[in-house]
Amino acid sequence: MSMHKCGLFYTTYAAEDGLFRSRFQKLCLGLFLAALLAVPQLVDSYAVSILNLILIAVIGAVSLNLLTGMCGQMSLGHGAFVGVGAYGAAILSNAGAPFVAALLGGGAISAMVGMVFGIPSLRLKGIYLAISTLAAQLILEYVFLHASSLTGGANGLPVDPPQILGFAFDTDGRIFYLILAVTVLCVLAVTNVSRTRHGRAFVAIRDYHQSAENVGVNLFAYKLQAFGLSSFLAGVAGGLWSHYTMYITPEQFSMGLSISYLAMIIIGGMGSVIGSIFGAVFITLLPEMLNLLISSLGGIAPDLSAVIVPMKEGVFGLMLVLFLIFEPEGLARKWRLTKAYWKLYPFAY
Amino acid sequence: MEYYLQLIINGLVVGSIYSLVALGFVIIFKATKVVNFAQGELVMVGAYVCFALTVQFQLPFFASFLLTLAFSIVLATAVERLILRPLIGEPIISVIMVTIGLSSMLKSFVQMVWGTQIQVFPAILPQEPYMLLGLPIAPVYVAAFGLSALLFGVFSLFFKFSSLGIAMRATAFDQQAAQSMGIGIKSIFALSWCIAAVVSSIGGIILGNINGINAQLGHLGLKVFPAVILGGLDSLLGAALGGLIIGVLENICEGAAKDLLGLGGFKEVASFLILVVILMVKPYGLFGTKEIERV
Repeated sequence: MSMHKCGLFYTTYAAEDGLFRSRFQKLCLGLFLAALLAVPQLVDSYAVSILNLILIAVIGAVSLNLLTGMCGQMSLGHGAFVGVGAYGAAILSNAGAPFVAALLGGGAISAMVGMVFGIPSLRLKGIYLAISTLAAQLILEYVFLHASSLTGGANGLPVDPPQILGFAFDTDGRIFYLILAVTVLCVLAVTNVSRTRHGRAFVAIRDYHQSAENVGVNLFAYKLQAFGLSSFLAGVAGGLWSHYTMYITPEQFSMGLSISYLAMIIIGGMGSVIGSIFGAVFITLLPEMLNLLISSLGGIAPDLSAVIVPMKEGVFGLMLVLFLIFEPEGLARKWRLTKAYWKLYPFAY
Repeated sequence: MEYYLQLIINGLVVGSIYSLVALGFVIIFKATKVVNFAQGELVMVGAYVCFALTVQFQLPFFASFLLTLAFSIVLATAVERLILRPLIGEPIISVIMVTIGLSSMLKSFVQMVWGTQIQVFPAILPQEPYMLLGLPIAPVYVAAFGLSALLFGVFSLFFKFSSLGIAMRATAFDQQAAQSMGIGIKSIFALSWCIAAVVSSIGGIILGNINGINAQLGHLGLKVFPAVILGGLDSLLGAALGGLIIGVLENICEGAAKDLLGLGGFKEVASFLILVVILMVKPYGLFGTKEIERV
């Protein structure tokens, strides 16, 4: 999000490296955040609940983009890592841990599991890695379902809403602020990682692993870090999810969730933080839009409601295919083009 | 003992279907380097089309079998032309995701048309079981095993001797060299998708005769990954053996887990545990081409 004037006017390195580089940009972000803070007062709780789901999806998508978009390690098991965090946080919190500790603990457990499944990444690349993370997904799903003494098996696991210093976040509107705060922290964290030595090492590995190794990047260490950090954030998303929905079952963290996270970063834009946010918004809103469309068509074609569930999946697949064919760089590119257009307006060059 | 023998035989039958699906997967990967996550959905669509033709349109089984194969060819050509061709040269994650998108579309299509209940094929083969080593074996199992063995034979001969098969191997080995020798890469790509769809449909029809079909049939596509990784992503022989080995192993693991540990449904995960081990120990499988990287 760089809303600066045409031309470079930096006079210090610090200004050029800054996270927010212009006053206008800070103003826009401030206004956006203020608008977000006001939302629960303005709309009904259903809209807030969708917004909560979007925010949780943003954390998941941003964390997957760190691993896949930035470091080039494709993961088909991200949904399961979210699940590990969700179960971890839920179990800790049911055992009496305070919410913040449970959330971080869930993230830590997820990071450890993610690093274990990241170990094959030293030997495997591309398709082989994708298949090994697919194995991780299915193995973890099996564990969720069959370790019933811990996870409640197919019956699921009830969780209490989060409580910090005696204040219970037990309505959509209240928990919204909690989720928003965590999401902002996670997004800032990932944005900052891309500006550090580690982030540059990740990008080097993605672009060409052999030259990265030649200039002294320790492939194994950095790949494991990418897996660890990404699954930690995924686990945090999972912890929020379990405390928000207050009930988790294994099928919430199935292959489908992993695929929708991948769809988010592809539709949003690989390797771009703002892209992951766009993607998360798009994919979460897609079924809602379809619901709206179907209910408005209800008068004309009433038998449509029978096919709506399978149709959602079909539209999801179609969107994925269309984006990959026509806009492989995703919504982030559209955003860049729009900004460039207004920067140059009214000239076309 | 007899329990395990039965498990092995069931494993061989299921494994022969894994092999068929793996065959389609390997043919696509061999010629186009595309990893097809929609392989299981191709199986499902084939099974449902054949089911619709036999049961809903009352065609004789043999006619609907042939019509299904024709449908598969049309479908595969369309998929290759509309979805895969624009992505030639794109990074591997895009190609994987486009096949995942395709699988969602196919799944949704099947569910919209036929719903999610299990549908049962009318019995085509006699029900009276054969006896082998004192164990009863249904004729449909024998037919499944025989048919997939036959198809593997046909395709190995095709790749070894026919000029099209040689062109496909050449394309797989080096696309540019093949192109400069006058091989039409595009038609090779389309052909490999057609073959894959046809063998998958045959697998689907056989499965429909054994278990009936439902919208979960696409899950079978995932089972193919351990099989092809074990055999080697680009080896026909590997696909055949990998499918059989995974089929037998997962049945034995399931039986043993139930017998000794009391764990249910271990089948679903056993093959993936095996897969992780294979990937760590021998990532290119038993017969796969090793990709050697030198700086």
